[in-house]
Amino acid sequence: MRPAAGRIACGEDVWFDGAAGRFAPPERRRVGLVYQEYALFPHMTVRQNVEYSRERRADEYLARLGISHLADARPDRLSGGERQRVALARALARDPKVLLLDEPLSALDAHTKVDVRGELQELLPSLEIPVLIVTHDFEDAATLAGSVGVLVEGKLRQLASPADLVSRPSDPFVASFTGANLIHGHATVDGDKTHVRTSDGATITFPELLHGDVVLAVYPWEITISTAPPPDSSALNSIHGTVKTISELGHRARVTLGSITAEITAESLRALDLRVGRPAYASFKATGTRLVSSSPVSEA
Amino acid sequence: MLLPIVAIFAHTSPGHLVDQLSNPVVTDALEVSFKTSVIAQLLIVALGTPTAYLLATHRFRGHSAVITLVELPLVLPPAVAGVGLLAAFGRFGLLGSTLDAFGVHLPFTQSAVTVAVAYVASPLYIRQAIASFEAVDANLRSASRTLGAGPARTFFRVSLPLARAGLIAGLALSFARGLGEFGATIMFAGSLQRVTQTLPLAIYAEFDQDFDTTLAMSGVLVLISIVLLLGLRIGLTWRTGSNSRRSAFLYGPSISN
Repeated sequence: MRPAAGRIACGEDVWFDGAAGRFAPPERRRVGLVYQEYALFPHMTVRQNVEYSRERRADEYLARLGISHLADARPDRLSGGERQRVALARALARDPKVLLLDEPLSALDAHTKVDVRGELQELLPSLEIPVLIVTHDFEDAATLAGSVGVLVEGKLRQLASPADLVSRPSDPFVASFTGANLIHGHATVDGDKTHVRTSDGATITFPELLHGDVVLAVYPWEITISTAPPPDSSALNSIHGTVKTISELGHRARVTLGSITAEITAESLRALDLRVGRPAYASFKATGTRLVSSSPVSEA
Repeated sequence: MLLPIVAIFAHTSPGHLVDQLSNPVVTDALEVSFKTSVIAQLLIVALGTPTAYLLATHRFRGHSAVITLVELPLVLPPAVAGVGLLAAFGRFGLLGSTLDAFGVHLPFTQSAVTVAVAYVASPLYIRQAIASFEAVDANLRSASRTLGAGPARTFFRVSLPLARAGLIAGLALSFARGLGEFGATIMFAGSLQRVTQTLPLAIYAEFDQDFDTTLAMSGVLVLISIVLLLGLRIGLTWRTGSNSRRSAFLYGPSISN
């Protein structure tokens, strides 16, 4: 696909320039591309795949990715994780200026995925070239990337480190992408604090002064669940509701209460004897609540 | 399916069949058939492969119209194809005078047999070739490009090897069709012994003269077809032997020599 206009360059190399009418065909751009399904050549051995780009350093890359023992195997005999390592070795043997990984983990089963993610986490920083990863999974992005750009319908919503995306999401989409609960409500100033009346009918406190329609974000791990009402305090927000779903994974459990999802330990899930359909309270610190959207903003 | 073939060999003793091979009508027909078939198939592969590759990998305006055009000889009655070729390349045909100016006279020559065979048999190869190239994952081609290979290298290192089994299968079909060609050849090239009389034409010519010769030639054609088919299968097994899981056109490792 050729863009209609604009300019794409990598360092000194201009790959596309609409105004100057320049277009570098793919073989002339030094990009290492790892496809989602790896696109290994099925009629070649692993070594032939890695040697395809005419670089005579196949052995070095096979060794570096720990696949020297597979050099003479055909791709159809390899596991998903092995295929990905071959695809990486092949892309790196081309001596690229930038490495692109298209959904590197989506073709793997859940178990392999965690292993491969660990391998990538080790490998990528050692490459000394920029690596661009496309993913739909925030956890993958947060594990592998130093800087994450959130794209929605072709527009960049926010570019920040994973930690900054979590602590300061720029809008409701980014907040929800990073895993936050979104609470919609209407804010009114009451003395030296702000009360937000949520769409569920609860009232919560927000530490900054503002009024109007707002969207607040709270992360699941910042929420505690209790069956007894928590102490009434302006520093602690609580929302009353019935438990809708409980899903346990290892020693963590996710509990949804109304529109709020909380992440608690499996231990406290047992201690509280939570069951679907029973009433409970979700509480979180007022200071842990982030404002992600407000309209109209008006500082009182 | 087998009955007519068995009948041919039941009627002719192997000794008589071999005797007939020295009959000049048979040897001449064999030579004409062999020469024209080989040249026609070379033409089909040389022109048909790039055409099929282009049609399989590119979508452009008029794409399906071109495909229909390429497949047209397949649905055309062979006699009509022959008349068409005559109307195009004959002395008073569309291109006849142009060719005449260059001193080229096509109809009723051995080249006319080649053209008729190539025209009628080409769709069988091209159709199969398009399908084989389409079956190669487009990502493999673009992966090849990102690895620094240009379009030509991508074609020879990736597309061609992966489509090869299908191309050979298509060639076998096209060869068999070309070898049996009758209608278009007799209209466009006539049936002149030593020049344009191919095996099927000779069979027809000898039919009311000497039924034994007819049977012998039929036997020869059957044998050629069987040898051709087996040869292709052996070739396929041998060349893709290490690539165990491609079985579109070969069955098992029972053939070994």
